[in-house]
Amino acid sequence: MDNVLGRRDCRDAEVFKAFLMKDSTKSNRNLYEHLTQLLIKVIDEHTENAVDVVEEMSRDVKRALFSGIQGPLREVPQVSSAELLTEQQRTLFSQPEEVVAQEDEMGETALPNVSEIAFYLEQAEVGLGREEMQRIFLALKHLVDSEGLPRCRLWGKILGIESNYIVAEAEYREGEEEQESIEDQPAEEEKEPENPENEQVEADPLPQSIYKPQLDAPKEAIGTGANKFAYYVCKEPGLPWIKLPSVSPAQINIARQIRKFFTGNLESPVVSYPPFPGNESNYLRAQIARISAGTQVSPQGFYQGGEEEDDEEDEIPRDSFEVNPDFEDIPVSEMAESLSTWVHHVQHILQQGRCTWVNIAVKPDEESNEDEEEMFNTSPWSSKVSTILTFQHAIAVLRSNLWPGAFAYACGKKFENIYIGWGLKYVGEVYSPPIPPPPLMEYQNGPEITEGLDPTPEEEQALKEDLEEQQAALEEAEASEDDEDED
Amino acid sequence: MDSNSLSYSLDFIASSGRILNVEQRTALQTSMLILKKNYNFKRVMFWGKVLGIKQDYFIAQGRGEDEIKNRTYLYSFNCMDWLLLPTVSESMIEEVAKTARGHFTGDPSFVYEHNLYFQIETEEEGENNVIKSSEENRLAVTIQQIDEDVSVVPRGAFIRTPLGPVHVNRSFEGLSESEARQLDNFLHFREPKRGNTLYLERMGDWCPAIDFLDVLSDDIPKGSWSLQFECASRVCMLRSLLWLGLTFYHVPNTPQHGYIYIGNGLKNQDLPFML
Repeated sequence: MDNVLGRRDCRDAEVFKAFLMKDSTKSNRNLYEHLTQLLIKVIDEHTENAVDVVEEMSRDVKRALFSGIQGPLREVPQVSSAELLTEQQRTLFSQPEEVVAQEDEMGETALPNVSEIAFYLEQAEVGLGREEMQRIFLALKHLVDSEGLPRCRLWGKILGIESNYIVAEAEYREGEEEQESIEDQPAEEEKEPENPENEQVEADPLPQSIYKPQLDAPKEAIGTGANKFAYYVCKEPGLPWIKLPSVSPAQINIARQIRKFFTGNLESPVVSYPPFPGNESNYLRAQIARISAGTQVSPQGFYQGGEEEDDEEDEIPRDSFEVNPDFEDIPVSEMAESLSTWVHHVQHILQQGRCTWVNIAVKPDEESNEDEEEMFNTSPWSSKVSTILTFQHAIAVLRSNLWPGAFAYACGKKFENIYIGWGLKYVGEVYSPPIPPPPLMEYQNGPEITEGLDPTPEEEQALKEDLEEQQAALEEAEASEDDEDED
Repeated sequence: MDSNSLSYSLDFIASSGRILNVEQRTALQTSMLILKKNYNFKRVMFWGKVLGIKQDYFIAQGRGEDEIKNRTYLYSFNCMDWLLLPTVSESMIEEVAKTARGHFTGDPSFVYEHNLYFQIETEEEGENNVIKSSEENRLAVTIQQIDEDVSVVPRGAFIRTPLGPVHVNRSFEGLSESEARQLDNFLHFREPKRGNTLYLERMGDWCPAIDFLDVLSDDIPKGSWSLQFECASRVCMLRSLLWLGLTFYHVPNTPQHGYIYIGNGLKNQDLPFML
């Protein structure tokens, strides 16, 4: 009997507890929870005369649970930079509206096969990661389509402080002309000192400055020499490509004398001594020109010279070259062992800053190439085979010691150059900036302004004695004449 | 970077331009585990590569109880056979500083020499003191200098226990995106040289267990670090301009971080001109 009653009580208690735990329809709480929290509050605070203030405490508990309704301020969704970039990178993956006919695919496309290049570069321990290379591939495709370039190549990546540059090299379209750039005004400075009119007329004329600024060598025409290719840069694949201006010899010469990091912003000024004529886009272009001239190599025989001209002299380097259809593969081990199997296919930049000599001064200076010979007892390139374990399928890899970051690989008929680095040459010793030229003499050295020594007391004494002697002699002579006259 | 995470962390640092090819990666995965067992390291890190003219050195770092103090370095040419590098002493640093010039040659037994000529005004010729150092020593000194100068960890990744040793913080959740943009939140991973009392003013949540290392933003010259977001702005990369080739990566909101040095082992002493 007791058990039955007990069980019924238990069941009643459970039912009652369930009732207590039922959530209220108006607010999301139930009595059970509320009473629990109230009792916990009493336990925690040990309030005196709790029974008298229990209503206040109950209201306090309810108030503590109150979560305000959303106020008039809406949460602004934080857009991270990653999300912004993904919006732009979505366009990379958009398919073209017209499907290109299959026949066009068979011919040479302007687009390089970046995936294949990335595969070989990975074996050479160079690369940007597979996803990044894929994005760059798609960005190059956009570039080729939008600009209609006849041929395009991934040149590499230049690292900067705030952001980096991905550089693509492209051939100029036919018939493209040089756009007039504003900086190309010939600066002929002749300082004419103006005589202010309030000066006295008899004042000596102010000295004329004898400074003659050096005339700069003219830029090479686009399509030749250092300006043979056009370069496009972008910060991240997906962002629009920007074309770099063509390079002038003065910029190359000064780029040789300074050493600066790239900031990642094309408009930022390059503060240096000697002052660089241009902003970061010009400096970038100048370094790209130097790196290309110094490190673009190909297996010997891959390219053959362009059409032979009748009056071609041996001194003028050939500017055009074509792929040699009769090129035979050089075995990989040979390519890795000796540097003679590799040749530069880009012209050297002379000391003047151009690839072909232009005579601007009366006395031409000596020509000298950029340092290709051994510098500091190390050879300019390190070569190796990519793997020793599976040498049957290895590729030959060249790594430049003069421009850290420049690589070339060759495997059979395929080869490629790439540069991934900071855009700086290895100089060996610590860089010291060139000293500014000595200031010019203001005045011509002449007798009017040269200081003379004041005569010493002995000389003055001697002179005085001489004068006195002369005076005495003169008086004597006069005296004797008088005597004679008297007689 | 930790050998356990080698497979994916190499992808992150690839944006600096240097990677390891597949053969080297697989070899490393095998040999680092062997190293860990043989030398009884707690953790084995792949420290990086020092490029030489003829050959490159692959460097591994083993860590013991204290992450900062108990560090051992090993080098290898083929990622399989590892050799121990000598521990660095003051005299070794002096020798190397006086003799070593130019690139690493790639031959660990190569000897750099330097002649000191003393001008003595006697009839005898000046004494020739020749200082020599081997390339192995130069390698050990260079690696130690790089770690001193530019090893980086995010704030909160390591804890100094009250007894002294430094441990990995198991509850490190990663810096948030906005935190990862500030150079303040990255610390040098070496014995702290500068006093910590400055940070009480800067940060409200200063905690002695976490903030016992020096902050990067106090480096002189200012601007010797390049902080960027790469890989479609998902990964925070730090590149040192003092030792070109050191790259540090951190994926925000995850505990993944690590640094690696792939370069020619030469300090960039022209840095003040270049900024």
